[in-house]
Amino acid sequence: MRSIIKYLKDVVLGIWSLLKGMKVTGSYFFRPSTIVTQKYPNNRKDLVMFDRFKGEVIMPHNENNEHKCTGCGICEMNCPNGTIEVISKTIITKDGKKKRIIDKHIYRLGMCTFCALCVKTCPSNALAFSQEFEHAVFNRALLIKQLNKPGSQLMKGVE
Amino acid sequence: MPFDIYDFTSLTKWIDTGLHNAMSPFWTTITELLIIGVLILLFYAIVGLFLVYAERKVCAFMQNRLGPNRVGPFGLFQTIADLIKLLFVELIRIKNADKFLFNLAPFIVIIASFMAIAAIPFAKGLQAIDLNIGVLYVIAVSSMGVIGVLLAGWSSNNKYSLIGAMRSGAQIVSYELSVGLAIITIVILAGSMQFSTIVEAQRDGWFIFKGHVPAFIAFIIFLTSSTAETNRGPFDLAEAESELTAGYHTEYSGIKFAFFFLAEYINMFIVASIAATVFLGGWMPFHVGGWTGFNNVMDFIPPFIWYIGKTAFVIFMMMWFKWTFPRLRIDQLLTLEWKYLLPINLVNVLIMAFIVLMGWHF
Repeated sequence: MRSIIKYLKDVVLGIWSLLKGMKVTGSYFFRPSTIVTQKYPNNRKDLVMFDRFKGEVIMPHNENNEHKCTGCGICEMNCPNGTIEVISKTIITKDGKKKRIIDKHIYRLGMCTFCALCVKTCPSNALAFSQEFEHAVFNRALLIKQLNKPGSQLMKGVE
Repeated sequence: MPFDIYDFTSLTKWIDTGLHNAMSPFWTTITELLIIGVLILLFYAIVGLFLVYAERKVCAFMQNRLGPNRVGPFGLFQTIADLIKLLFVELIRIKNADKFLFNLAPFIVIIASFMAIAAIPFAKGLQAIDLNIGVLYVIAVSSMGVIGVLLAGWSSNNKYSLIGAMRSGAQIVSYELSVGLAIITIVILAGSMQFSTIVEAQRDGWFIFKGHVPAFIAFIIFLTSSTAETNRGPFDLAEAESELTAGYHTEYSGIKFAFFFLAEYINMFIVASIAATVFLGGWMPFHVGGWTGFNNVMDFIPPFIWYIGKTAFVIFMMMWFKWTFPRLRIDQLLTLEWKYLLPINLVNVLIMAFIVLMGWHF
C-alpha cells in the first residue's frame, strides 16, 4: 500500500515539476517584452548599452576641459599589453615650483583587451569606459588615440 | 459549381461523377489518386515549410530571442531560402555505405507519413480514404517510419547513425504501446474506429470533455507518447546532437537530409491531427449541449479552420515540451514508458470501459 502511495506521489510530483518548467517558458513565450535580442543595425539610433559595458577607455573631461589625470603612470604599469603610454612633461608653476604633469595619454585601442585594470587601479579615477563599441576604422593608425583633450588642464583639487 | 466550405462531400462527388463521365472507371481511379497525391505533396511542402518556421519562432520566443527576422516580413521566407540552399547542397557519396538502402531510407520515412495522412479527415468530406478501421490503420502505418530510420542508421556505416537508429527503434517499439492504448480508451468511448464516425460522435461535445477524467489522462498520455514516437522534444535520443552529432541522419546531406527533416515535421503534424481528431473533435466546432445560439455561432466558423486551429494547438504543446524539458536518458525513457505510462494507461482503459458500461459519460 505504501509503495502505491509513493508511486502516485512520484507521478504527481513529477507532473508538478514539469508544469513548473512549462510555466517559465510559457511566461516568456506570451510576454514578448522579455526578449533580450537587439535588432542592432536597425535600432542604432536608440540603442542603450549597459552601464557595465566595456566599450573603450576614455578620460572624462568636465565642461572646463579639465580631467583628473595626474600623469602618475600607474595605468601604464598595470596594463598587461602595453596598450597605454603616458608621456609626461615638467612645468614651472606660478609659485616657481617644478611640477610633472601629463603631456599625452596614448591609448592603443587595437591592443586593448578591455581587462579594466587601468580603470580599476587609477588612484584619481581619471579613466572610465565609454559605451561606444563601433570601433571599426579603415586605417590602423586611427586606433591609436590620445585620451587627454588638447589644451586640457588638471582638475583643481586632484593631486 | 457546387462548392461549400462547410461540406466538401458535394465537391468531391461532383469531381468524381465528372471524371466518371469523361473516362473509364480504371482511369478515373488513377486520375483521382494522382490528384490526391499532388494535393498532399503540395500540402506537405506548405506544412513542412511553415512548421519549420513556427518551430524556430516558438523556440526563440521561449528563449527570450527573436528568431528568424531578416528574410521577408518577420522572417517568413527564411525556410524557403533554407530549402533553396538545401536543394543546391551536394549529395555526398558515402564510402562503404550500403548504397541501395542508403538511398531508400528517406523515401520509406516519407512514404510512411504519406500513407498516414491519407486517412486523416481535414473537414467534412475532405478525407482521402475513410477506412472503417481508420484508427488502427493510422497507428500501423505511422510506426513504419521507424523502418526508414533503422535502415538509414544501418546503411550509413557510421557508429553514431547506428546508435541513433537503435535508440529510435527501442523508443518507438515501447511508446507505440502507449499511443495505441491511449487511442483505444477513446475508441471504447466512441464505439468505432472509423474517423468520420468518431468525429460525428463529438457533435455534442468533444471526447476530452465527454469522457471525464480518463479521457483527459488518455490525452496527456497520448501527447507524451506521440512526442516520443516522432523522435521529438525531450525524447530526441535518436538524434541527440550533443552525443550523436545528428543521429541516424548524420551522413545524409542535401535533399535527402531535407526528407528526414520534413518527415519529422510532417509526423508531428500527423500525430497532432490524430490527437485533434480523436480527443478534440477534429473538424467539429465547439458545441455545448443545449446552447443552440452559441452552437450556431460556432457552426459559422468553417470546419477546416477548426481542424487547423486544434492541430496548431497540439503542435504548439509539443513544441512547448521540446523547448522546456531536458532530454531523457535511455533508461529514464524506458522507465517512463514501462513503469508509469503503460500501467496508468491499462488502468485508464479499464476505468473508461467501466464508465461506458455504466453509461456515466455524457
